[in-house]
Amino acid sequence: MTELSRDVIVINELGLHARSAAKIAEIARKANYNVWIIKDNKMADASSILDILTLECAKGSKITLKIDDQSDLEILNNTVKQFETGFGELS
Amino acid sequence: MTDTDSREIILIGIDASPGICIGKAYIVDIEGVDVVKKYFISEDDVQDEIKRFKSAVNKAKQQLLTIITNAPEELRDHTYILETHKTLLKDKMLYGKTIETIKNEKVNAEWALKKVVSEVKSMFKNMSDSYLKERATDIVYVSDHIMRNLVGAETKKIADIDKRVILVANDLSPAEASQINLERIKGFVTDRGGKASHTSIISRTLEIPAVMGLGNATNIIKNDDLIIIDGTVGTVIIHPTEETLLDYGVRSSKYEELKAAITRDSHLQAETADGFQLKVMGNIELPEEVVSVIDYGGDGIGLYRTEFQYLSSPILPNEYELFDKYKDVVEVIAPKPVTIRTLDINGDKAFGNNSDYVEVNPALGLRAIRYCLKNPDVFRTQLRAILRAAAFGNVRILIPMISSYEEVIETKRILDEVADALDKEGTLFNRDVELGIMIEVPSAVIIADLLAGEVDFFSLGTNDLIQYSLAIDRGNRHVAHLYHSLHPAIIRMIKNVADVVRDKGIKLFMCGEMASDPINLPILLGLGIDELSMNPQSIPAVKSMIRALKVEDARAFMKDVFKQNTASGVEELIRETYGSILFEKVYARRKAFGDRAQKNYYRKQKGQT
Repeated sequence: MTELSRDVIVINELGLHARSAAKIAEIARKANYNVWIIKDNKMADASSILDILTLECAKGSKITLKIDDQSDLEILNNTVKQFETGFGELS
Repeated sequence: MTDTDSREIILIGIDASPGICIGKAYIVDIEGVDVVKKYFISEDDVQDEIKRFKSAVNKAKQQLLTIITNAPEELRDHTYILETHKTLLKDKMLYGKTIETIKNEKVNAEWALKKVVSEVKSMFKNMSDSYLKERATDIVYVSDHIMRNLVGAETKKIADIDKRVILVANDLSPAEASQINLERIKGFVTDRGGKASHTSIISRTLEIPAVMGLGNATNIIKNDDLIIIDGTVGTVIIHPTEETLLDYGVRSSKYEELKAAITRDSHLQAETADGFQLKVMGNIELPEEVVSVIDYGGDGIGLYRTEFQYLSSPILPNEYELFDKYKDVVEVIAPKPVTIRTLDINGDKAFGNNSDYVEVNPALGLRAIRYCLKNPDVFRTQLRAILRAAAFGNVRILIPMISSYEEVIETKRILDEVADALDKEGTLFNRDVELGIMIEVPSAVIIADLLAGEVDFFSLGTNDLIQYSLAIDRGNRHVAHLYHSLHPAIIRMIKNVADVVRDKGIKLFMCGEMASDPINLPILLGLGIDELSMNPQSIPAVKSMIRALKVEDARAFMKDVFKQNTASGVEELIRETYGSILFEKVYARRKAFGDRAQKNYYRKQKGQT
């Protein structure tokens, strides 16, 4: 059974701001089922920039990415990769 | 929100165009639709109402796409905000909720959108993070876009502004900037753009103070906020205190005084201390700017950019319209020369909305002479207008973006054809015009010896030449600091061209930004450039600097320049050798003209590096 959730840390300087949230949303909108971002027991729909922003994830925040279905595993991996590379914003 | 709203805030950006102005902010394109009516709809109409909303969103998406694809190439990297907005358009919390609200409450789309937006907005306004607080503005921007489409309101046009304001915008496209009414706009503040961006060049040409590259000025500044912009150093002050206002009032009048003092002797020839005359010309974009070239003592027009007439209208200008403008310029400044550069336009921007042709890399795409040779009818129309205007004064034709020999031959063939046709028609024209090419593509530098035999003059377009040679996008702030006119490669390229020119007996001009910075003058003089062309306001300082130099010294100086390995080494050498002249001739002016190089110089003098 593959893990349907992954923990990541926000490493980009500005935290999860509009531009990075937009990147997540673009990816999540391609998913078959819901993709979630969880921080401190608060859950946001990853396909909504606004919902993501309400989590107020600053640099260093620990968050959990979660998918509802195995078929979205690639989406999960892609999203994790975005976090790990700081959304391409690291100089 | 708290009382921080009225605290004095200082933003630091790029000093894009010198001068100081104080006035009310006018935010472009964030004007919302003020009054939204609420009405109920019947169950049967719900689906239609939702459809209406969806199509307004789709239209907004298309509009944003158009804005993104039409952004000037140097700003391409910065369109991400619009990409984010595009994604926001279909955000569940905005899009989904509005549809839900229409369905559940059976209200019209406008009201549903307004309700949803105000909920989301208040959610963001209550956040502790100041960055996130500001995101409320993005939501407003996006929803306004949809709202305008719903109610069929026109986007505020810059041309319609009817009060004296300081324009605050995300960015201004050349087409937008062309709509600016000088009597209304006191200054510019933009989020994007750099010193060499088109908008900054335009603001300098129009002599409007401008600060650019502020990143998020449009989020921080609100409509009608009192702001001060100091384009000399690149600061914007929001909600200035009384003390600051007084201080800037004084600074502003000092600036005007200095400017007047420098301008006084600008009508005299630019002759070096050892008697060598250098022509100092003005670059213009709009016919009206000829006046400032004359005012600042320019020896003619070294570069007349002709794109505006094509960009400011959705249809192609006809021969008569072009002729009319060219004739105006030519007549006013005659017998001094007017160097008309033929259309330097990107294929994908050429005819605005009619074009669905999008280039991935327009800087390397179908532009300038490539575009003209591919659209010979457009080219012929312009050449006809130029040759006709040439009957009224002293005209030279300048062809942009030449990268091969064939392009020159083909251009000459078309020019001959056009002249023959005019002759046959018996139209008044003058075939006896000098033909020159822009040297702005590295390949043209390398084959300069081949090209020189075909034309009367070369004009170095340093902005593009540096950009293409150093592979640096000058609008990209991550690499913009690497863009350096004094790069040893650039100096060597200019030398190669200068050597060819001397050998073949043609003339060498320079019309890029490099010509306008006094710090570069010892080198330009040493390399033997015949004519410099720049934004009109730079003419007086450049002339004054030339008078303090000697060609003989400058030539000898070049030997040392070629020993330098780096741009900063070259700059250092100029400071060491010409420091006292630069300081005396330019520092005093720097305050007035705000040049970064001399600012650094001044810091060094004072030991505050």
